[in-house]
Amino acid sequence: MNLDPLSRQLIDRFQHGMPLCPEPYREMANVLGCSEPQVMACLQRLELAGALSRVGPVFEHSRAGASTLAAFAVPAERLQQVAARVSQYPEVNHNYAREHFYNLWFVLTGPDRQHLEQVLDALEQDIGLTALDLPMLTAYRIDLGFALGESDET
Amino acid sequence: MKPELTPEQALALRRYLEGGLPRVSRPYQAIAERINTDEDQVLAQMHQWHEQGLFRRIGLVLNHRALGFTANAMLVLDVPDALIDEVGQRLGRSPDVTLCYQRPRRLPQWRYNLFCMVHGRQRDRVEARIQALLEAHLLSDLPHQLLFSTQAFKQCGGRFAAAATGASQHG
Repeated sequence: MNLDPLSRQLIDRFQHGMPLCPEPYREMANVLGCSEPQVMACLQRLELAGALSRVGPVFEHSRAGASTLAAFAVPAERLQQVAARVSQYPEVNHNYAREHFYNLWFVLTGPDRQHLEQVLDALEQDIGLTALDLPMLTAYRIDLGFALGESDET
Repeated sequence: MKPELTPEQALALRRYLEGGLPRVSRPYQAIAERINTDEDQVLAQMHQWHEQGLFRRIGLVLNHRALGFTANAMLVLDVPDALIDEVGQRLGRSPDVTLCYQRPRRLPQWRYNLFCMVHGRQRDRVEARIQALLEAHLLSDLPHQLLFSTQAFKQCGGRFAAAATGASQHG
């Protein structure tokens, strides 16, 4: 989608942090010199275009519970079916096809490691493949959003 | 002010937060009504959690693809264990890298222990940036692979508290 100036400002200014106060949308409007209804309308446009997933906290996986990155090597003719099956699990929050022998990659989140292992076991039985289970050991950089400008390789 | 939510209220609050803030003038008031407390309590709990590091950030959570960032590469490298922290920290500081994690090897199936995400609008540009990044850090000779995503089947926030409800019933 093409971003109007207000959308771009909202993203640049509040992707990394927004006010934690009783009326956050009004505060955001004050910062940008517009009205609260304008902020609301802009957020709704972004959401309808599929560009905004939500507004609110992004949980730190290691503090909020457990997570892991997992992968299956799926025969090409089964990829769509297996991907749909994997996506059905509420513990799966990202699920992508990638160009590799291991061609289906997904992130599992849950309250603790034991829960994730149970889900992985269930998935392996369900699908009949063995998963790579790659929990994070060290974070050198965590995802803090992305810069519209910087990543926009002219 | 110290938050005084019950464990059940705190868990319910986390579950609401995982779905995103309501888009009403007073979102914390709206959640407070649903969990039978008041806005001050919810905000006090939010501040406490934020200080404790439960949140990476509070803000707009975007979908890269809809914004045109459709070239999404996972760069994986096999870095000698003795060098992993140094290499991880260096790559993690690069503005091209949005995420940089050490993960375990799973030999013989999987040899790579460092994972970096690089996003862009065009595949060839992303490839060029990654080559430049590896050359700048003298890492081109390390075994590495680029895994571009070809399809996104699901993308949403983590569900930590939702699953915890069931688990807590077992003590």
